[in-house]
This record gives sequence, C-alpha cells and structure tokens, in this order.
Amino acid sequence: MFRILKKNIAVGKATLPPAFVNASAPEGSLGAPEIDFLKCTGCGKCVAACPTSALTAEDREAEGKRLLHLSYGNCIFCGLCAPACPHQAISFKGKFDLAAKTKKELVRKLSFSLSGCRKDAAFVTSSALPVKKMAEEAPGFAQGDFADRIPMREIGSKLKEKIKRLFGRSLHIREVDAGSCNGCEVEIVNLSNPVYDAERFGIHFVASPRHADMLLVTGPVTRQMELALVKTYAAAPSPKLVVACGSCAVSGGIFEGNYATVGGVDRVVPVDIYIPGCPPRPEAIFQGIFLALDKFRAK
Amino acid sequence: MKTALEILRERFGDAIRKDLKGLAKQSHILVTKNEIVEITIFLVQNLRMRFLFLSGSDTRKENGAFTLHYIFSYAQQDEFLVVETRIEEKDPSFLSLSPFLPQANWQEREIQDLLGLIPKGHPDPRRLVLHEDWPEGLFPLRKDFKFQAKIPRQKGEYAFERVEGEGIFEIPVGPVHAGIIEPGHFRFSAAGESILKLEIRHFYTHKGTEKSGEGRSPAHLLCLAERISGDNSLAHVVACAQALETLAQIDVPPRAQFLRVVFLELERLHNHMSDIAGISLDVGFSFGASQLMRVKETLLRLNEQVAGTRLLRSAVPLGGVRADISEARKQWLMEQIKKIKEDFEKTIQILWQVDSLMDRIETTGILKKEIAETLGAVGPAARASGIDRDLRRDHPYGAYKDLFFMIPVFSDGDVESRMKVKVQEIYQSFKLIYDALRAMPQGSLRGEIKPLIPSQSALGYVESPRGECFHWISTDGHGKISRWKVQSPSFANWPLIEYAVLENIVPDFPLINKSLNLSYSGNDR
Repeated sequence: MFRILKKNIAVGKATLPPAFVNASAPEGSLGAPEIDFLKCTGCGKCVAACPTSALTAEDREAEGKRLLHLSYGNCIFCGLCAPACPHQAISFKGKFDLAAKTKKELVRKLSFSLSGCRKDAAFVTSSALPVKKMAEEAPGFAQGDFADRIPMREIGSKLKEKIKRLFGRSLHIREVDAGSCNGCEVEIVNLSNPVYDAERFGIHFVASPRHADMLLVTGPVTRQMELALVKTYAAAPSPKLVVACGSCAVSGGIFEGNYATVGGVDRVVPVDIYIPGCPPRPEAIFQGIFLALDKFRAK
Repeated sequence: MKTALEILRERFGDAIRKDLKGLAKQSHILVTKNEIVEITIFLVQNLRMRFLFLSGSDTRKENGAFTLHYIFSYAQQDEFLVVETRIEEKDPSFLSLSPFLPQANWQEREIQDLLGLIPKGHPDPRRLVLHEDWPEGLFPLRKDFKFQAKIPRQKGEYAFERVEGEGIFEIPVGPVHAGIIEPGHFRFSAAGESILKLEIRHFYTHKGTEKSGEGRSPAHLLCLAERISGDNSLAHVVACAQALETLAQIDVPPRAQFLRVVFLELERLHNHMSDIAGISLDVGFSFGASQLMRVKETLLRLNEQVAGTRLLRSAVPLGGVRADISEARKQWLMEQIKKIKEDFEKTIQILWQVDSLMDRIETTGILKKEIAETLGAVGPAARASGIDRDLRRDHPYGAYKDLFFMIPVFSDGDVESRMKVKVQEIYQSFKLIYDALRAMPQGSLRGEIKPLIPSQSALGYVESPRGECFHWISTDGHGKISRWKVQSPSFANWPLIEYAVLENIVPDFPLINKSLNLSYSGNDR
C-alpha cells in the first residue's frame, strides 16, 4: 500500500495539459507529406512511388493541363514519395492535424501546364504511371451489401444542433474494429492512458453499441466484418455519430480494391468525420472526436 | 557425419526426385506427393527437425502443377529444409499431415480455402479463412483469380461443434468485443462457470494481404508487411526485408543490422509493457495498468523521436535502415533506457507482491508442455510452458549472433509464467538495446539495391514479441514476386487458447487471452 503511494507520488502528474491537442509532434516525427508548391514541377515521380492512391496525376491533353492530387485520406504516411522527388519538394515534418468532415477537404490539388511539366527531365508520362482512382472522385456514403439493414431515415437529417446539445458534456464511444491491422487500436487504447486521459473530457469507451453516442470505426471494412459493422450501427441509438479512424477506414488505405475488403467505412455506413493517419496519433484522434462535436476547428 | 540430405536419400531413394538450389541457409528437395507424410514423420522423429509451416502456390504456368512447400527447421545446424512437392490440377489433393502433426491443421485448411487443394484424411475439413458466404469453387490464391474481384455472397452457416448434456449452455462472444480489441468469435460451452469447450472462429479481419503483395515492388511489399499486425509492424517488415534481401543478394551493412536490433527490441518493450498492463487491468488492479501504460507511452514517444513513427513504421526499408542514430542521440537513448528500466522495475516489484493480482494469475490458464509442443507453440507462450525455443538464438539473424542475451524459460504454463517470461524478456531487451548501441560499428545505412533473382524462393524470419514470424517469398521467371506467404506467430498460437481455457472459469478468459496476447489481424491477414 505504502509502496504504491510512494511510487504514485514519485511519478507525479503524467497527464498532459488540455492544450496538447494543438501541440506539434515531437522533433523527428514523420507525420503526413507536405508538398512545396514552389518547388514541385508536376513530373509525376512521386505518383509512381506511392503505394496507394494518395498521389495521383491526370493529364488533360485537350486543356494542356496536368492535375496532381494529394489525398490524405488515402495516404499511409509511408514516406516513399519524399526520396522519389527529384526536386526535394516533398517533406515530412510531423503534420497530423488532418481530421475533416468530408473527404474533399482531405485533398490538396495542384494544376500544371502539361507542356511545362514535359520540360522537366524527370517527367513521367501518364501512361507510365500506375492507374489509380483520383481521390476527388471517391464517393461519400455508398450502399453496400447490407444496406437494407441500415435504418435509412436517419441519414442526412439535421441532427447537428441536437448532437451538440446532447453530447456537449459527455460522450460515450463504442470502438469497432472492422478489420484494421490493430495499429489504430494501439493508439485508441492510448487515449485512455494517464498521459492523454480521455475521461477528463467526458470521453468514455463503452462495451456495447447500445450505450454509445459515437462509433469510432477502424479498418478498411473486410468482407467478413461488413455485416457485423452494419449490425453494430443499427444497434446504436439515434442520434449517433460515426468517425472513420485511420486511412484504411477513410479509403481502404493500402488494402483498397482487394477482394477481401470493401474499401472504407462510408461504403457501408454513413460517416461524419474522417481522421487520416496510419495510425493517427492520439492528438489526431482527439481532434477528430472534438470536430465531430464542433468543439474543434481544423487549421 | 552425414548430412540430413544424404540420410534422406539413403532412406527414401527414388521418392526424393532432386535437390534444388536453395538460397542462404535453405536446402530444397523435391519429393513425390505420396511420400510426403512418411518423409515428414522421418524428419520429425528421426532427425529431430521441427515442422514450421506449409505454403502453397499456384505454379501451373511455370511447371503445370500446384506447388506445396513444407518448411522445417534444423536448429542443430542452423539450417532450414524445404520439402517441395507438386500437385497436379486433375487430382487436386494431397495427404494430410494433421492426424500425425496436429499443428498442420490450420495450415492445410488455409490451403484448402485459398488454393482449392484438398488435404485427404484431414480430421476437420470445415472452412477456415473464407467464411461460409464465400461461393464454392473460387480460390483467391490461384493465378486466374483477379485480386480486385468483387465476389457475390451466398448463403451458408458455420457448424460449431456442440457439447450436449444437462445444464450445459453456450456463450457466443464476438466478433465485436467489449474492449478495444480486434474482432473474432469465441463460442464457449460451459457448465456453470466452468469452461468445457471453447471453439474459436476467426478470420474476420482477412484482408487478402498475401494476394495483394503478388506482382508488387519490394517497397510496396514492405508497406503491406508493416500493416499485417500493427503492434508487430517492425518484426514483420524486418522478416519481409530479410527474405527480399536474400532473394536479391543484398548485403545489409553492419551498422544497419545493429540499428535493426535496437528497433526490434524497442518494439518488444512496448508490446510486453502493454501485455503486462493488460493483465493488471483485467484483474482490476489499476495501479499496475496505469503505471505501465504510462511507461508504454514514454516508449512510443521515444520510438517517434528515434525512428519517426510511434509504431516504428517506415524505419526499415530494403537493404538497411532509413535514418541513423547520431552519437548525441545514442547517449540520450541510453540514458532514457536506463530511466525507463528503473521506472519499470519499481512498478513490477510492487506487482509481484499484490495478492489480488497473484491470486488471479497463479495456476490460471495452464497450457501443458505436451499440448504446446504438439500444436507447435511459439514465442513467450511456448517459453512459459517449458519449451526452450527462440529464433534469435536457434537461427541467429542480423546482429543477434554478435550479442549476448538470455532466453527466459518457465515451466508452469500458467498466466503467471507467461507474465514472468515477458518481464524477464523486458530486462533482456533493455540489455540488448544498451549493448547494441554500444557495439554498433560506424558505416553506411543501406546496402546496394539489386533486382530479385528470378524463379527462386527465400525465407526471412524474426523472433517477434509474439514469437516466430516467417515470411516466405517466391519469384517468377521475370524476378517478380509471385507468392508471399506470411506465417505469423498468432497463426501458430491461436489454437492453444482452446486448451489453455479448459476447466477455467469464464471470467478468467479475458485474462488468459491477454496473457497469450495474440493478434487477430496477424492471424487473419
């Protein structure tokens, strides 16, 4: 007993002050890629190196334009694009504050004149680039195999104000792993550790969807978890919020297009907030949860 | 002294069709399919080899048949024996090893589901990886199956094994669990509180990862490997990189080898911290949980500062490591490790004296040595049941051959033993990180990158925090990746839990589960 007290006193207060949500990542942290628009020539080398559809290029010959898109919702933060860039235009400086209410907000667009791009010695023609789906075309909620089991009347109703009023003080979250690699789970468990201490914000992880105000869903939604996710959604009382946590949950991430995955939570149930990251660090998950409650404004 | 190959040839003669050229420490033999059971029995019983895993691939284009690779460990000589056999498409069946080697059970059922080859004489031929709503006759690992295919669902129901009798009831748990853990289904048959039978039904997180890797570049494959099991990201990526480096004959510079050891042990530290914290939480002793979760957070932040990411992702590319640890950083890291060790030690000494914890973990979830041995247990679970087995010593890789460390083995097989193993391994990891940092030579961080050798196969292996992790990669005639088999420690260890819980009470199940700490995603892939 006394040893426990002694240890607790020796450790002191481990919890970060509430302002941590806006703090920057520690030095050395990679985080998300950022493109320096002044240095980028639109050559397309990074598109070839990107293992997901995070970086895409489209050549519009008629308009003489090349469109380059960086979608954080598809990005797995692997860092392969930075060394591929011949102009050092891509850097990783610990960026993580990316949570957004729509997938569109997660896309950074660049437009180049195609003839200008061709002048660069590093230019890669679009036919030599991997065929990828442009992030902008990614749909929001799409009905999946079990759409008939979702109570549809709830979708699109104006619940925002009500939610703010109802969940302003305390929020009960049911975490649903829809086929993640457990990286996101590691970080979600960390939300409750003494350093982040989610409970002080009234955030409580509950054991059943029937107690939940919010579903925090991870993973690309595997074919074999699709029904379980729909059932969990249907079991949560309305009004409810759905947060897609991690790049797999946003877009399918590196597992997109696979026979065994559906490719993102919004292909199965409607999503309110998207949190990119692989996995998102605890600060990023908090930002997403606060954004869902309109308590946090993304920069 | 005769080599294993010579002994085999003497004993089996014509059944051994030829030796194939093997890379690194692998010897390959091609045998006829009907002799495979006899040869395996001989290898295991007479030559004391250990069956590791079975990989099947669709090589119809190359040689007109499917190929099965049975991989054995010959620890006495630090060698691996790969027994290869061909299965013709017109007779897609092979003799099952499972009646003799129960550890082959899931291995063979996986091949049945994904490749459509039937293990003849298998005691339990139900579906495993693909659930019942997957249509008949579609096999994802066959080359004529497109990986983007959208497959319609069919009706089907999994048949659980039933225990019947007065007062016996079933408790279904999952796939969505009460805690923040991965999905899987557990079906208990209980009488009162006592568990009579547990049947696990997994593969809810099957993401077709192995199929996704086919035809990809090595860099892409490593990204996929990092996402097989999030908390063991680094172990998987190093195992995968080792297989690729063997296939491309890339020399990893010594400094990079030592840095990989530092990262691998940092990963073991945060995994084991979280396991012990979880055990403490599951018995309701929150002091231990919060102290150790705090230490884990310190470790994750440390990871981010030395490697760029909290889970050590992106730290290991092909041929070496991404970033260096500077001299100043090295000193800082050594100081941090010393502090964390003192912090951990104080907490753990308190834990061992708390009766409410010890009462719950002693004699709970006993896994007998014979059962662990028969089912091919690996990692801390095996070492807590008296099986002295660790790849870092038995098949030393990277810089481990230059470092000295102990391998803790306990024999009771209960939750307490598993916790003891992990606590001792944490101390060994502190020591290994310290020693590796001190012994680290100067030099480059990445070897020269070369293309993969065509039509070859190679094995990469790492003792991950959960146990032996193997990556088996084959290339086609153009040097492209044609098959990527991942044998994660969880795939080997999940069946153990069905035995460890017997005669325990249902409320102790979370504790037993936590003490084994298996990855669902690593298992399901």
